[in-house]
Amino acid sequence: MDDIVIRAEALKKIYHMGEVEVQALRGVSLEVKRGEAVAIMGRSGSGKSTLMSILGCLDRPTSGEYILDGEQVADLTDDQLASIRNRKIGFVFQSFNLLQRVSALSNVELPLGYANRPDEGKGRAEAALRAVGLESRMKHRPAELSGGEQQRVAVARALVNEPAILMADEPTGNLDSRVGQEIMDLLFQLNRARNTTLLIITHDPRIASQAQRTIMLRDGLVEENIQ
Amino acid sequence: MKIKRVLLGTLTILTGNKLRSGLTILGIVIGVAAVIAMLSIGQGAQNSITSSISNIGTNLLFLSAGSESRFRGGGGAVARNIKQLTMADAQALMDPFQAPAVQAVAPILQAGNISAAANGQTTTTSVYGVTSNYFSMRNEVVSEGAIFSDQQVNIHARVVLIGADLATTLFGRTTNLTGQAIRINSQTFTIIGVLQSKGGTSMGSSDNQAIVPLTTARDRVIRRTSNYVDTIYVQATNADSVSQASTQISNIMRMRHRVAVGHEDFSVFNQQDLAQTASSIIDVLTIFLGGIAAISLLVGGIGIMNIMLVSVTERTREIGLRKAVGARNRDILIQFLVESLFLSLLGGVMGILLGWLIALIIGQIASASGTALTPAVSLNAILLATLFSAAVGLFFGIYPARRASQLEPVEALRYE
Repeated sequence: MDDIVIRAEALKKIYHMGEVEVQALRGVSLEVKRGEAVAIMGRSGSGKSTLMSILGCLDRPTSGEYILDGEQVADLTDDQLASIRNRKIGFVFQSFNLLQRVSALSNVELPLGYANRPDEGKGRAEAALRAVGLESRMKHRPAELSGGEQQRVAVARALVNEPAILMADEPTGNLDSRVGQEIMDLLFQLNRARNTTLLIITHDPRIASQAQRTIMLRDGLVEENIQ
Repeated sequence: MKIKRVLLGTLTILTGNKLRSGLTILGIVIGVAAVIAMLSIGQGAQNSITSSISNIGTNLLFLSAGSESRFRGGGGAVARNIKQLTMADAQALMDPFQAPAVQAVAPILQAGNISAAANGQTTTTSVYGVTSNYFSMRNEVVSEGAIFSDQQVNIHARVVLIGADLATTLFGRTTNLTGQAIRINSQTFTIIGVLQSKGGTSMGSSDNQAIVPLTTARDRVIRRTSNYVDTIYVQATNADSVSQASTQISNIMRMRHRVAVGHEDFSVFNQQDLAQTASSIIDVLTIFLGGIAAISLLVGGIGIMNIMLVSVTERTREIGLRKAVGARNRDILIQFLVESLFLSLLGGVMGILLGWLIALIIGQIASASGTALTPAVSLNAILLATLFSAAVGLFFGIYPARRASQLEPVEALRYE
């Protein structure tokens, strides 16, 4: 089996802001092996958010090829992309993005509701919450949890469909450094224990240094690839 | 499972903001309640008028002197030298060759405000001078005693049948009155029967009446010269022949009165005409009032749309997140449609109950003030209101829901 989980070839993304063309990505090629932990770094405006959106199947490249876990995804329909996101990708955002009105457990169950499989709901969601150490907080609402705990719920939600890739966009940006390190430890531990590929977008070199590899972006191109 | 999840999610959202949901629903509640109340009152009015018209009798036509335009107050040629109706006219209508659709004819003399005294009490009443076939035509039945015979008409008998209300006014009872004396217009009559109450107060089915033989009435109470009568009731052979009878009556009368078509000095009404006129007026009123009520339903729908648009904007990030974890456009569309549908249906159900209540209250007020109006909440009205409110929810929900479903996930996630 091919152990390359992400293969991108000459990804370009052009935005049109009125008359002006903005080239957010100008031909990015990269490969990520299954189970790897990779940090993507770059200053703001370097294209790392755009790259993350395309790698996360939230957006399509203007041109280029992208093969995710053996599937050609560059020109799939909206619904097909939604299905890929559901099955293969787990997102962790800077601002947690939890539903405030419902419990931690219901938040974690959310992706299961959009999966086309029979309802194994509660068991999987509870297991995911246990995996992030929140078994005692399942019935709490996000407002009743600390920032670190909320991000753990988000990690559990990302894990619940057992995705091939975990994508974390500045996962520690809203947390203080001690709690942030705990979240990073959790992500790396899950990466090792489950062989889940981990992509971290960050501008913090200390976090990037913990990954096996760092991809530096500058002006929409890969500048260095540090092993 | 999926449906349950969507419904549960909807409930969480809607109960999470009770005041807002309540106010949104209120618009629909008021709209649906107004529609239901209006339709049921219209239906009730329809029923009560139809029943009071059919109370008059079956397959009846009414022939009276004077052109129709005098009654309807509009256009048309006005006849001059109006000839009164006579006993001979009534005789002529019985001609089986010229009027095969006519089954029975009853000439009538009538007068209101005639004094009636008995048992030390005095009151006024309407007096009808009729022939014996009048009773079967008008569905008048005696609760006691018997109607008078042809012979009693022929001998100008001084006998009378009195209505239930008149009996109660004079004697305080409606039974055991046969053989009692009563003075009508200062003439002594013998009561030979009491008429069964017909109820209702409209369309001449009053129970305050005294019915005497036509001949006696002319002699002693109403005093018309020669052979004149006020009205002639005609009964058609069956419901289908009413309009034929009407034509035949008109032909005979035109010949007898020597008038051309369009210059009639008489007019012929039938029950169906009356019922149709009355119910078409009520239909128009019901549609008019229901239409106004429907406008408030429309306004309620716009309220739903407004709130759903606000909700979509507020929940942009949530929509982005849902899409990031695998929601398809359709899933988002359904979620928001279910929400607006739920709001409008809940409002619809509450509106039906409230409208029903309003109809009941109006019925109570009507009966307390002596009007025979029983609002009828028909199944049709309920179905209509339910369907209409669901349609409102769908129609006004579809735009916000589409907007939500078309959001780009990246943009939605970045929305502040």
